Amino acid sequence: MEKFVSMLLAAIMLFSALCLFSCGDATPEIDPSLLEGEYTKDLEGTVLKVYNWGEYISDGKEGSLDVNKAFEELTGIDVVYSNYDDNESMYSELAAGATYYDIIIPSDYMVERLIREGMLKTVDVKSLSNYKYIDEQYKGLYFDPDEQYSIPYNLGMVGLIYNTAMVEEAPTSWSVMWDEKYSGQILMFNNPRDAFAIAQLRLGQDLNTLDKSDWDEAAELLKEQKGVLQSYVMDEVFNKMEGSNAAIAPYYAGDFLSMYENNPDLAFVYPEEGVNIFCDSVCIPASCQNYEAAKLYMNFLMEPVVALANAEKLGYLCPNTSVVNNDEYSYKDNEILYPSEENMPKTQWFHDLDAEIVEYYEELWVGVKNS
Amino acid sequence: MSKTGKIYTAIVFVIMYLPLLVMVFFSFNEGNSTANFTGFSLKWYKELIEDEAAMNALKNTLVLALLNSIIATLLGTVAAVGIFGMKNKWFKTGIMSVTNIPMMNPEIVTGVSLMLLFAFVGRLMNSPESLGFGTMLIAHVTFSLPYVVLNVLPKLQQTDPHLAEAAQDLGSTPAQAFFKVVLPSISSGILSGALMAFTLSIDDFVISHYVSGGFTTLPLLIYNMTKKRVTPEMYAVCTCIFLSVLVLLLVMNISQIKQTKKQKKSDN
Amino acid sequence: MSNTKTKKGFERNLKKNSMGATFLNIPYILWAAIFIIVPMFIVAYYAFTNNAGEFTLDNFNKLSLYRDSIIDSFVYALVATVVTLVLAYPFSYFVARSSETVQKIIMMLVMLPMWMNLLIMTYSIMNIIETNGIINSLLVSMGFDKLKIINTPGAVIFGMVYNYFPYMVLPLVSVLSKIDDSLLEASADLGSNAASRFWRVILPLSVPGVISGFTMVFVPSVSTFYISQKLGGTNVNMIGDSIEALVKSVNTIHLGAMLSLVLMVVILICIMVMNRFSDDSDGGIVL
Repeated sequence: MEKFVSMLLAAIMLFSALCLFSCGDATPEIDPSLLEGEYTKDLEGTVLKVYNWGEYISDGKEGSLDVNKAFEELTGIDVVYSNYDDNESMYSELAAGATYYDIIIPSDYMVERLIREGMLKTVDVKSLSNYKYIDEQYKGLYFDPDEQYSIPYNLGMVGLIYNTAMVEEAPTSWSVMWDEKYSGQILMFNNPRDAFAIAQLRLGQDLNTLDKSDWDEAAELLKEQKGVLQSYVMDEVFNKMEGSNAAIAPYYAGDFLSMYENNPDLAFVYPEEGVNIFCDSVCIPASCQNYEAAKLYMNFLMEPVVALANAEKLGYLCPNTSVVNNDEYSYKDNEILYPSEENMPKTQWFHDLDAEIVEYYEELWVGVKNS
Repeated sequence: MSKTGKIYTAIVFVIMYLPLLVMVFFSFNEGNSTANFTGFSLKWYKELIEDEAAMNALKNTLVLALLNSIIATLLGTVAAVGIFGMKNKWFKTGIMSVTNIPMMNPEIVTGVSLMLLFAFVGRLMNSPESLGFGTMLIAHVTFSLPYVVLNVLPKLQQTDPHLAEAAQDLGSTPAQAFFKVVLPSISSGILSGALMAFTLSIDDFVISHYVSGGFTTLPLLIYNMTKKRVTPEMYAVCTCIFLSVLVLLLVMNISQIKQTKKQKKSDN
Repeated sequence: MSNTKTKKGFERNLKKNSMGATFLNIPYILWAAIFIIVPMFIVAYYAFTNNAGEFTLDNFNKLSLYRDSIIDSFVYALVATVVTLVLAYPFSYFVARSSETVQKIIMMLVMLPMWMNLLIMTYSIMNIIETNGIINSLLVSMGFDKLKIINTPGAVIFGMVYNYFPYMVLPLVSVLSKIDDSLLEASADLGSNAASRFWRVILPLSVPGVISGFTMVFVPSVSTFYISQKLGGTNVNMIGDSIEALVKSVNTIHLGAMLSLVLMVVILICIMVMNRFSDDSDGGIVL
């Protein structure tokens, strides 16, 4: 028993030594002259709680800029940074009110819902000095038409990833996901909203249809598809596609680019029926305890240097014009992230649906999976 | 151990450790993939050492797991002794059933219901922040308790009842009899319980997600990466944990292993 | 067994002397009441209300939709638990026969893989059994055909056994190591063969450990999630995955709460049946 305890203690000591060892680091510091906004130390010593998706900010790894640390050094504000893995769990945590956050970065339909339920604070985003960098086409999106609550942080589109060594001819339509030729090699989203979206796009439906018969029809199509699927996936799609264990999968364009680095056999297409587009936006929840610091942080995220670092790290579509026009940006004019006008797919947004419809498609989804 | 025993034990260990070897292997990957090995590199270890967030999460995880294992073991052992001595059979069955609840609930249900409880208490106290290290510890102790109880109970059932009686007949107080006689004979169950409590805590992410507030542990960090990708850096952290425990095990027991080997040789 | 009577005596003693077992139970009962019972009421509240907070039985009526999933989960959990028991028992027996030091090291080694992250371990298992994984690459390089391992029920059972194995081994080792060698020698002297020694001496004496291990593997494995979803392909739909998805979203949390409530009741019934066995099992043969 004592041996066991002493062993554990030794292990802990070893790890704390490692932790101490970790202090020295070589991440580039931000050059204050490159900053456009004004950052003072007025709020020094206060705390800013930021709640973001995992791996969704430039954090100093691989020689990149550590955004939170740079903000801390600049303002003296203590950033408490934590992560969530999806909109729903973030929402239920916020709704329960057990904890508060000063900054959150939910997706479009979740922003719509949060606004409707009065869970966001209004922000005069136009008064933020760096708001001018946001591309006009991404200002005032459907969920925040009056630009009162949010600034776009990151956008993305779903597309079709396929393995050129396993798929004979380049697909152009979602229908390839029903092709019996590739039976056992097709992956599908393992959550009802995204899975239904693909069937709905194929059927030419509105993704936000309130007509239950539309959902029924899509469910039938999904049942039909189940026979040719290898499995329903989420995060394991990276390993399966990179390892050539599956031939076809729907996923985000930005993630395709990172898969491609590990498996050059992969290719990507925006199917002709259209695709789903999302926008994750920076918002301030109503429970915010440090409003001024939150606004400062919002403005900081739009700084050209900061936005560039984030765009490099995230690899999705960046709404910041200073980044898109920057020659140093490695994804500049990337045909997949920024398709030219003639290649631009038809896009549809997700809207927040009534509980009734959500329950309805959840039930259909169970039926699909048990079919 | 007999020859068959050795072979069987070896096979089990090979299967158990195969996935760990895969993990160690990919921690040395040059690229960011955990499926395609593109080249050997120590890059992710370097990243890890410089990654304050990961290091902080590692520290949090270990402190939490250790504290959890101490508290859950104390509380659970006392509970097991109490349950064992209960007269009323119905009450006993009842309390055992309650004990098992955290084990049978899907983790997310335990997590969400505890969060709602903490939120309610937070509102009563009018505080915007009711989650943090404390609530995390409470949640972990709660789901570890049944495992401690279930490890200690069988040992109590096995304890030779004459021993405690004999000790008392020889004039020791019940407390002395417990600490000097009963406790040593159930110690292996207590140790197993502590080990399980530690293990459960060190790898929990679902319950933790709902009760953590801003307190980040390693499993949370990894789980939240899943929208993008889980990088080999996380494989490197786990490899570090694995190797340091392995080395410590070896170093601290090497002399005894030698001794037992000698013994076995002479036995054969 | 003959010590049934004396055991009862010991229990009585413990009760009489230590100011009653209830006293020892106070901290635990308090803890359980606040952090187990109260949250259970919260779950029950959600199960019987809708989004508007009104009482409803709708969620109960939707249960039939999940019947297959629930049955599957119990079948998988049972199979996985039995397989774990069958594999862990001889392992634990061999371990229990070795010296105390070796035992401790082996117990640590058994537990160590569980300290690694579940996600990473599952990814690694996938790397091994994937269509183009390690096993299949080896087979192909040796000139054999590929095996279909991943996305089968067998893969899910393997994942579950892998994940829960230590929770069976630990209680078994701690019980088996206490069995007195002289008992075995005595029965051998009396002419019993190895098989009857196992069935009549070792197994009955290890029943408390078997029950504990069985509970610690079966109960949590009914609500297993993640493993089944990653390893089972489209064939396996365990209820744990459904509950996880339902409870996550505020719109469907009520149905998720109902499902977990029902799951709990069914598991409780299973355990009570098992507890009946363990209470009468002081000497009897249960298995």
